[in-house]
Amino acid sequence: MTDATITLDDDKEASFGDFFALLKPRVMSLVVFTAMVGLIVAPGSVHPFVAFFSVLCIAIGGGASGALNMWYDADIDRVMKRTQGRPIPAGKVTEGEALAIGLTLSAFSVIMLGLASNWVAAGLLAFTIFFYVVIYTMWLKRSTPQNIVIGGAAGAFPPMIGWAVVTGDITIASTLMFALTFMWTPPHFWALALFMNSDYGKAKVPMLPVTHGTRVTRNHILVYTLLLAVTAGALLFTSIAGWVYLAAFLVMNTLFILGAVKIWRRDDAASKADNFKAERSFFKLSLAYLFAHFTALMFDGMLSGLFDGMGIGGIF
Amino acid sequence: MAITKLHEIHKRRKSRNVGLGLVLAAFVVLILGLTMVKVTTTPISNIGSAEAHN
Repeated sequence: MTDATITLDDDKEASFGDFFALLKPRVMSLVVFTAMVGLIVAPGSVHPFVAFFSVLCIAIGGGASGALNMWYDADIDRVMKRTQGRPIPAGKVTEGEALAIGLTLSAFSVIMLGLASNWVAAGLLAFTIFFYVVIYTMWLKRSTPQNIVIGGAAGAFPPMIGWAVVTGDITIASTLMFALTFMWTPPHFWALALFMNSDYGKAKVPMLPVTHGTRVTRNHILVYTLLLAVTAGALLFTSIAGWVYLAAFLVMNTLFILGAVKIWRRDDAASKADNFKAERSFFKLSLAYLFAHFTALMFDGMLSGLFDGMGIGGIF
Repeated sequence: MAITKLHEIHKRRKSRNVGLGLVLAAFVVLILGLTMVKVTTTPISNIGSAEAHN
């Protein structure tokens, strides 16, 4: 055999970036941000290095659950257009490698977080990974159209973990930060599912538009958006919300409710006519919505540290 | 005969090796930093007590 006969399947050779992509970096950025806000607004303080190390552990834990999700969902990812480029369907990383990386990083992140901060935070991180991988990925995702309603809890835990890193406990304020992301997830994903409907149908994932039709989905988006506004408003009664949060709450919830009403009043013919313009802009607005609320909490947290009494204060 | 021209496959393998090396180096630095912080912020009177372990 000569060199000329060697065929190099170079498209299948994984680079470091392909392994990093297993950790879902975009989801990880949301995890890092919300965990950091939880850590900043919590009463008390930790050493900056411990804070940095803890957020890193939370990010790695989130990434590990992403790798385990990609391992289990490889069959679905191969079918859906949106996910065909992921490392496993692209043939760059094997399912076994993803499983090994996911399990190793899960154990590593939980143990290191426990050693660096406390075991309440580590326990919450372990539960988050378990919830995302076992409850959401393995069970709910393929069995019920309410998959993302309950599964959304997994993405909502990071601010609670960040809070627990500082205080070592779970309070009403940290639970309401969890509830904010939890209630935000359904309208966010259902808006996406409205214009990615065929993708989920092909993969036989029982998303609400596939199982109950788009009319029911539009109704659900409106109801959940109103419930989300109530949840976001409840944070105003806690000591972590201040004037910046109040402003963000008023602006973003007005826009979000208007967007949900617009989607609710449309039908499929109108949506297809303008290529789901309202649904797409609602999806983009949902990203800004969450970012604005947590950024506002962060500013209020920093301002109340600088000027005592800046916060609105609260009964909780 | 030595291979003189690098193929794309070699670049990707190199990126994996360098990436893993950097991750391990970062891990060592992080553990060192965490140890320093824990040692310097734990009061000597607490060493051996439950608080020191937390």
